[in-house]
Amino acid sequence: MNQLSNFTKGFIKENPILVLVLGTCPTLATTSSSLNGLGMGIATTFVLIGSNVVISMLANLIPDKVRIPAFVVIIASFVTVVDLLMQAYVPGLYEKLGIFIPLIVVNCIVLGRAEAFASKNSVLSSFVDGLGMGLGFTFALGILGAFREIVGSGAIFGYKFIPGDGILVFILAPGAFIALGYMIALVNKIKKS
Amino acid sequence: MEYILIIISAVFINNVVLAQFLGICPFLGVSNKVNTALGMTGAVTFVIVLATMATYLIQVYLLIPLGIAFMQTITFILVIAFLVQMVEIILKKVSQSLYQALGIFLPLITTNCAVLGVAILVIKKEYNLIEGVVYGASTAVGFGLALVILAGIREQLELADIPKGMKGVPISLVIAGILALAFMGFTGIVK
Repeated sequence: MNQLSNFTKGFIKENPILVLVLGTCPTLATTSSSLNGLGMGIATTFVLIGSNVVISMLANLIPDKVRIPAFVVIIASFVTVVDLLMQAYVPGLYEKLGIFIPLIVVNCIVLGRAEAFASKNSVLSSFVDGLGMGLGFTFALGILGAFREIVGSGAIFGYKFIPGDGILVFILAPGAFIALGYMIALVNKIKKS
Repeated sequence: MEYILIIISAVFINNVVLAQFLGICPFLGVSNKVNTALGMTGAVTFVIVLATMATYLIQVYLLIPLGIAFMQTITFILVIAFLVQMVEIILKKVSQSLYQALGIFLPLITTNCAVLGVAILVIKKEYNLIEGVVYGASTAVGFGLALVILAGIREQLELADIPKGMKGVPISLVIAGILALAFMGFTGIVK
């Protein structure tokens, strides 16, 4: 398969959040600011690449019947690695993302790619797929986070450039649902035309 | 009194779906009809209560004494996957009608982040076993409440004329947002 199209499909054509609508929980929960969204995206990308590579290596060794539990264990191991690394090096961000770091385990994107792609393709393709999908996820989280931060508090990456209070509700829970809803609607609209 | 506070807080104020963003996938996936929403709620309640008990006991009597608390994520997800499988097998043998009602939802529950989320939160909040179970059950009730309300609204929406791009997921998300706004009204009932 062409590695370039394999890499870019995660951004638009098969964007995990905006098109496939997978992994909505961390998307909504961690995008209260652009920085949190990007942090979550990068953590998930790391897990995606790691689990994709290891699973594509082991796919032939794992019996078909215990496939899913085996994948889950591999994914959970990478999540634990990320969890411990973040706790050690970026404690502030770790504190903010809270239980959504261990919950990467149940992010449908990771298991979905393992089952749909990594278990059937070569190590290199799986690596590229993990990287592309992860960056696509990060991209969508970053945009949603930036939008909510700009509208909600008039700032981006903590740098305030619009005076005044902003529409606070966009930083709180309801704004997350509404912003993501309109974002997906916009993508639907662009895709159809 | 303590328990009542936990219940009100988990059902209304920190609603699992609308305030904590856990279990959004089934929230969007099975909220087409009120009946399926009720079935999913039943299955989730069952698994959350069992999983909270199992993971709590494992954390306290196995992981902490052995000094391997960092294995929490791996252990918990395996316990939950195992539990779901067991519940499915037992239900199939014991009650065919209950299996028919809940069966199709069970495999979905392993990846429902509300289950793993509650298990981890109970440990984080340092609840004891009974508080943990009460918290788990009321979280499930909160999940069911949000799910049934959304399903009711979506059933009505079938008749409405919605712009093409908004159909399906986007309109559900916007409705969920408005619901979340309404639920914010409960803030402050309990400290």
